[in-house]
Amino acid sequence: MAKYLMLKHYRGPKTAVHDVPMDRWTPEEVDAHVRFMDDLADELRESGEFVDAQALSPGGTWVRFDGEGRPPVVDGPFAETKDLIAGWMVIDVESEERALEVASVLSSAPGAGGVPIGEWLELRPFLDDRPNAVE
Amino acid sequence: MSALDPTLVRELAPQVIGVLVRRGADFASAEDAVQEALLAAHEQWGEQPPRDPRAWLVTVAWRRHVDLVRSDAARRAREERLHHKPPPGRAAASDDTLWLYFLCAHPSLSPSAATALTLRALGGLTTRQIAEAHLVPEATMAQRISRAKRTVADVPLGVPGDLATVLRVLYLVFSEGYAGEVDLAAEAIRLVRRLAALTDEPEVRGLLALFLLHHSRRAARRDAEGRLVPLPEQDRSRWDRRLAAEGIDLLQDALARDRLGEYQAQAAVAALHADALRAEETDWAQVVEWYDELVALTGSPVHRLNRAVAVGEADGGAAGLRALRELDPSLPRYAAVAAHLHERAGDLADAARLSAEAAAAATRTDERDHLTRQAARLAPHRRDP
Repeated sequence: MAKYLMLKHYRGPKTAVHDVPMDRWTPEEVDAHVRFMDDLADELRESGEFVDAQALSPGGTWVRFDGEGRPPVVDGPFAETKDLIAGWMVIDVESEERALEVASVLSSAPGAGGVPIGEWLELRPFLDDRPNAVE
Repeated sequence: MSALDPTLVRELAPQVIGVLVRRGADFASAEDAVQEALLAAHEQWGEQPPRDPRAWLVTVAWRRHVDLVRSDAARRAREERLHHKPPPGRAAASDDTLWLYFLCAHPSLSPSAATALTLRALGGLTTRQIAEAHLVPEATMAQRISRAKRTVADVPLGVPGDLATVLRVLYLVFSEGYAGEVDLAAEAIRLVRRLAALTDEPEVRGLLALFLLHHSRRAARRDAEGRLVPLPEQDRSRWDRRLAAEGIDLLQDALARDRLGEYQAQAAVAALHADALRAEETDWAQVVEWYDELVALTGSPVHRLNRAVAVGEADGGAAGLRALRELDPSLPRYAAVAAHLHERAGDLADAARLSAEAAAAATRTDERDHLTRQAARLAPHRRDP
């Protein structure tokens, strides 16, 4: 089994097929979208492939170290960064093909007008952090 | 018997499942009932386990099973039956356990389903422990196990399967890596040890030998800071000689049957490493011969890749690189092997570039860190921008 992160971007370098900003959807369309995501998570629980799903607040802050004993440097929040991560889902699947298949389903979540958004998801394999017994 | 030995209790799990299945329970509910009985044992035995733990587990598991399948109205009839059940026969226990090995590795199961089911039904581990070892939520693992049980629900009792699939599943358990309180490598050793007591198939002994020989090097495989230590640099005084000796004995016993298989051949390579008290004493020519056998037996590109490393040690980096040239560069660990052979051939610029490439392609953090250190060590020789 291998774990994959499916990263959802609000905005990213690649534009969705059906690209209408969420604040211009009807409430019913928003509900349908959320229901789709919940249902997919349930299906993945049922299939024994679900690990985690989280949504992120869009407002973030940049922070960095500024020397010993000094307070951190804080920058932002920036409303208009180029790339904004909306959230993620983590799955544990048998193969990369299966990961691609699940990501494709997630990308088909309905948006404005009830049609699949076709958003680009970033699929990233996890590095295995567990010690193993063979060399 | 003194305090509760969790391993001993778990050892009994497959036997108790076998008894319940013989009494007519279907595998899935028998397995559930035994899991509950094991949990009850953990709660109730404490310092005073019963005199016959197996009989206790059979009784409790059977009662749980009956509770699960009978309605309240039928309880009286169930109690009647319980009182008239003959004591479980011991003669069939080993056959039942062997059948469980086949069932849990059934070809209709995906590798992850087979490993999870094996760990629960044969290993007697709890769902929580199996989930922790695989770093997934307990609910996810519970689903994986119940789906696996549904998949094999119609497999008839007692029908033998293919031992090769069982061994592949056990190898997966061993090689998977581990987290949480359960050491999957030790668990795989326990499972193959018990299998070796049920059949004298040489490949089973070969696999046990391979596990023991790998396990014997475990303490030396990481330094105090948890960094990976490659085989030639390991402190061999930290190898467990007792485990290695047991592995070598088992291997000799298996090879004497004259039915070579891939696990025996891999164990033979591991035994040659165990024989060398210092890395320089390794009989690399013989290691190459065993890899020739492995390639002939399996045709596996992974064995070809390892063979190229062995050729590099036996005949020098250039010869190793020639062996490597026949292989597909998209193989996992290809860049790492190429880096090593280039360095051995004295080509440090390519070794540096390939180490960085290998680090980027690593699938485990400890390997990535090791390869990153190699790349950093060789960085002064880099020529590419």
